[in-house]
Amino acid sequence: MQTKTKFDLKLGLATREAFGKTLAKLGAENPKIVVCDADLSKSTYTSLFAKEFPNRFFECGIAESNMVSIGAGLASSGKIPFVSSFSCFVMNKGFEQLRVNVAYPRLNVKIVGTHSGISIGEDGPSQMSIEDISLACSLPGFTVICPADEVATDALVRAVAALDGPVFLRAGRMKAPVLYQAGREFTIGKAVELTDGADVTIIAMGLMVAEAIRAQETLESEGVSVRVIDMHTIKPLDRDAIARAASQTGAIVVAEEHLVDGGLGVRVAQVVAETHPCVMEFVGIENTYAESAAPEELLDKYGLLSRDVIAAVRRVLPRKKR
Amino acid sequence: MKKTSNVADLQAIAKRVRRNIITMIGEAKSGHPGGSLSAVEILTTLYFDVMRHDPSNPTWPDRDRFILSKGHAAPVLYCMLEETGYTPPGKLNTLRKLGSIYQGHPDRRFIPALEASTGSLGVGPSVGLGMALAARLDNSPARTYVVVGDGESQEGQIWEAAMFGSYNKLDNIVVIVDYNRIQLDGFVKDILDLEPLADKWRSFGWHTIEVNGHDIPALQAAFAEAASTKGKPTALVAHTVKGKGVSFMENNPKYHGSAPSPAEVQTALQELQ
Repeated sequence: MQTKTKFDLKLGLATREAFGKTLAKLGAENPKIVVCDADLSKSTYTSLFAKEFPNRFFECGIAESNMVSIGAGLASSGKIPFVSSFSCFVMNKGFEQLRVNVAYPRLNVKIVGTHSGISIGEDGPSQMSIEDISLACSLPGFTVICPADEVATDALVRAVAALDGPVFLRAGRMKAPVLYQAGREFTIGKAVELTDGADVTIIAMGLMVAEAIRAQETLESEGVSVRVIDMHTIKPLDRDAIARAASQTGAIVVAEEHLVDGGLGVRVAQVVAETHPCVMEFVGIENTYAESAAPEELLDKYGLLSRDVIAAVRRVLPRKKR
Repeated sequence: MKKTSNVADLQAIAKRVRRNIITMIGEAKSGHPGGSLSAVEILTTLYFDVMRHDPSNPTWPDRDRFILSKGHAAPVLYCMLEETGYTPPGKLNTLRKLGSIYQGHPDRRFIPALEASTGSLGVGPSVGLGMALAARLDNSPARTYVVVGDGESQEGQIWEAAMFGSYNKLDNIVVIVDYNRIQLDGFVKDILDLEPLADKWRSFGWHTIEVNGHDIPALQAAFAEAASTKGKPTALVAHTVKGKGVSFMENNPKYHGSAPSPAEVQTALQELQ
């Protein structure tokens, strides 16, 4: 817990770049790690690994289905494959292969989808991944992770490599505000309570964690005590942290750069319903595709700024049971 | 298990396997006899002669790998696993029943010795490529054999895999097409024709051999040719007969996915004496 700590939220690396850097380091530490990419290695930053370990990097071309299945074959022969592309392509074009070749035999394949959410900006909806969390969480046995900054990414990519089992890790294109001190440790499945608070809890993932912190700072100045939780592991969820937040604060806002349908919010709501039912609000993309524009313009138009989190908090507070 | 190159011995095994396929699918009252019977000689030659494997050590890193990409032909694979001792004897007739290790399609959760869970078509060759890449990285002599169906070859991923295999010069993988010319809805030529199939594999850069898929000496020669082919993977287009060995099943689309009745089982077993 980092209560009362001021977050300076200085822009750091994009989580995709942090992933690529850590992966290249891991390559030196573990010879079992191999990497597959589908003609996007310069964008996913797996090119950093490719440069260091060319014989353990497999360029698969624009053939994501084949790539995911190749990852399964590599894993069943004892390798630790990191299979990477834009999240929308690896998850959508590779989904059947994730299902039948990876999840079903529960193979040790690590899927890293970059350029997630709408914050890729100008390239537009065909490249945007707003349903990847829903897809990944629907695969039995998968661990699903979305780090918020470069520090979390470094730690979680290492944890993912050490975990025996299939993983989807979601990374973003934009530079991400730094929330954590370098070297901080993360445990898969254990959420981080960034601020303590008694009136309401904001549970967020990815770039919405920084927006949640900004919202918290504004709300605190108005006398609202806000707990902010970085839910970096979406599956398996940290049920204890959610149950505690529900029982102790009695109101929860979930914020995610993802469709509300099938996203983090509905998964949290299930745990809330099963433990300590409380009022909730959801900040996310509502039943639509986005469009081309600068990332900041899109986050504004589609309601993914601290302003929108604050509005959700103001909606949820009056609904709290007295 | 006893490995053998003796053609008469292999033929005897093939006949026994055919009887088991008929019996187990008849007992299950559902399943895919036609495409199991068409692949009997291919799998028998691989499991009893060609492949380097050890049923007493199924995780041997240097073992050859086998993937039945056309997973609906699971019965012929299950017969191999039982005959070679990967699975306990006397359980084939539990096929498709609750609690059986012999699931409707091959499932590693129930038989760890299976190299891949299959059943969704088109993905087996790609998984095999991953194994072939791993073997090359490890300087392992392990070779990978993948049996695909002809109807399955309509899946686009088959050709993604074909491009990848030749471009990466993976000469340690062999794809065998069980070209029995029938799929569920009818004859392949009437649904989405594959011809010229061998030319397709050649043009994708694979060393391509056409062979009678029921002729064991021809299969042995083809697998030997594949093993001595360097710098490119091998595609074996095996011309086969759907339902081979049972007169009323041969070339009959009905038996792609229909179990024989008890009376048909009796007739078939008499033919397979």
